[in-house]
Amino acid sequence: MHIVVLTKPVPDPVAAAERLGPDNRLDRAASPAVVNGNDEYALEAALKLVDALGGEVSLLTMAPAGGTDTMRKALAMGAARGVIVTDEVLAGSDTWSTTQVLAAALGQLTFDLVLAGVDTSDGVGGVVPAGIAALLRLPYLGNAAKIEPDPDSGTVRVRRLTTSGYDLLEAPMPALVVCTQALGEPRYPSLKGIMAARSKEIVTRSLADIGLDASAIGGASALTVVKATKRPPAREATKVVRGTPDEGAAAIVELLAARKVI
Amino acid sequence: MAVIWVIAEPNGDGTLARISAEAATLARGLAEASGGSATGLAVAADAKGIAAELAAYLPKVIAVSDAGASGHSWAAVAAERAASVIGEGSDAVVLIGAGPDGRDVAGALSALTGLGVLANATEVSWSDDGPTAETAAFGGKLLTTSQFVGGSGIVTVRPNTTEAATATTAGAVEEIKADAEPVLPRVRIVEQVAEAGAAAPIEEARVIVSGGRGVGGPEGFALVEEIASVLGGAVGATRAAVDSGWIPYAQQIGQTGKIVKPELYLALGISGAIQHKVGMQTAGTIVAVNRDPDAPIAEFADLLVVGDLFEVGPALVTALRARAG
Ligand SMILES: Cc1cc2nc3c(=O)[nH]c(=O)nc-3n(C[C@H](O)[C@H](O)[C@H](O)COP(=O)(O)OP(=O)(O)OC[C@H]3O[C@@H](n4cnc5c(N)ncnc54)[C@H](O)[C@@H]3O)c2cc1C
Ligand SMILES: Nc1ncnc2c1ncn2[C@@H]1O[C@H](COP(=O)(O)O)[C@@H](O)[C@H]1O
Repeated sequence: MHIVVLTKPVPDPVAAAERLGPDNRLDRAASPAVVNGNDEYALEAALKLVDALGGEVSLLTMAPAGGTDTMRKALAMGAARGVIVTDEVLAGSDTWSTTQVLAAALGQLTFDLVLAGVDTSDGVGGVVPAGIAALLRLPYLGNAAKIEPDPDSGTVRVRRLTTSGYDLLEAPMPALVVCTQALGEPRYPSLKGIMAARSKEIVTRSLADIGLDASAIGGASALTVVKATKRPPAREATKVVRGTPDEGAAAIVELLAARKVI
Repeated sequence: MAVIWVIAEPNGDGTLARISAEAATLARGLAEASGGSATGLAVAADAKGIAAELAAYLPKVIAVSDAGASGHSWAAVAAERAASVIGEGSDAVVLIGAGPDGRDVAGALSALTGLGVLANATEVSWSDDGPTAETAAFGGKLLTTSQFVGGSGIVTVRPNTTEAATATTAGAVEEIKADAEPVLPRVRIVEQVAEAGAAAPIEEARVIVSGGRGVGGPEGFALVEEIASVLGGAVGATRAAVDSGWIPYAQQIGQTGKIVKPELYLALGISGAIQHKVGMQTAGTIVAVNRDPDAPIAEFADLLVVGDLFEVGPALVTALRARAG
């Protein structure tokens, strides 16, 4: 079983130190990065599958040159190797460009499954994986809460969460699956894993390497543009009520009535 | 002149999802502002029914019936049929919901047509350069105003962006049979399983009452549910509560759960960790009940009641019932 997991370095949501460039886009080089939280669920799911079925997990990332540091953290969890597509023109890419790049890079790899996260904590688009599947004509299985590949029949079954329960989907492999948190908690890298990650292979590819024309992709070709950014208005100071339960309840009712919620 | 398209998303039972009625109402407004037209697009095994529902909101709806849409994952079928109706590299603006189905369609449609995507709009207006979308980045820490280069593209729209309102007269439904050989693989649905306890989607709720680790267990959620029902709201939760198995993952709010923007968010026994905060901090009013006056939620709630939720909660139910008479 060969699984490629799409992992994106994102600014650390806990550090809250995102920096913007002059074009209102994230200055990725200046913002401390971590592996996108949702991609860790996808990676965990992939590792569990190869633990059970044998095979190998590799990572695919589109990121600035510094992306190798973040990728080492994902390699420490247990992935075998990684590919980073990096190119100057990719700074400021929109989801369309990202989709083209990841699809082209996947086209050069062999895999049974591609796993991706539900969305990214920086952009929260959640549209890239479906686009990749469409470009590569891969079966697309979204919102997965359970993934069961059957190497003998060459098919994969996925529980896709719906508003009322789940749909059990089945498709031939290779296929692309989008992973939810319901698949299970990501593991912490072991000390051994962290040591091993240092010598794991990370291959860097340029746009030319994956056969894309740098004049038609990336920041300068973005189909969307950020016109302005602003901080959300500050919330008013918190009112703190201590007292009996009845006094607490009365304070809540009073506020809800004043705001016409009730 | 721009054509503003709205893609009809089905509920589990095939009826029109509320998000699509909202998107259609928004599209009508944009068409008026731009001098263009608003057209709906419904893809289903038999699309007449859902198209007729959408036509209550729009002057015209195209119904594409594709037998393959039943028994197969809907989004890939819908994206492909929408791409052929809307056309490649067209000057279209497409509105669709920002939930799982809408995102799947938007991603595939973008890849098939070359249209860009503005994701998770909380507001869409019209300017000389086409649609302008307001979105939040980095978990609501930054608000952005974005446009399409060239004015056309796909906007995924969050629930509650617009209040759904039908048009004064219902629109016309034009039927198209889809017989072109599909190019995207169709993923078979082996079985559809309804799970007990599956609740209304929390993204659409006006009031959300959420429970965290402090609720202590599934029995504690009975109190959360009671308060929610008195307020006519939905039940949400933190990851700690979901991971403990007290409530389904579908109710989780936060970075790896749902992002919600209700009028009222009532947090019971929730510390307000950053990963939870990013899912609810844009709520109109935030009220917290917590034993710990120094919990992080004290920094961004409008009102913090310091106390035991098992004492304040029942008192609140009594007070709300007394008020309702
Ligand atoms: C990558 C990643 C993604 C994450 N995604 C999410 C996410 O999507 N959503 C999410 O919620 N979390 C998420 N988390 C987890 C998050 O960091 C917190 O651990 C979680 O939100 C804590 O939940 P809690 O507030 O219920 O529990 P706690 O932090 O344990 O807080 C419980 C609170 O209840 C109070 N309390 C206890 N008993 C009572 C009582 N009887 N009466 C009143 N108050 C009481 C306590 O004072 C305390 O403040 C994520 C974490 C990571 C690393
Ligand atoms: N630059 C990237 N490199 C690798 N994977 C990515 C990248 N961007 C998006 N993805 C994958 O696509 C998923 C959804 O991303 P998005 O559509 O950007 O919210 C992520 O969780 C990743 O798995």
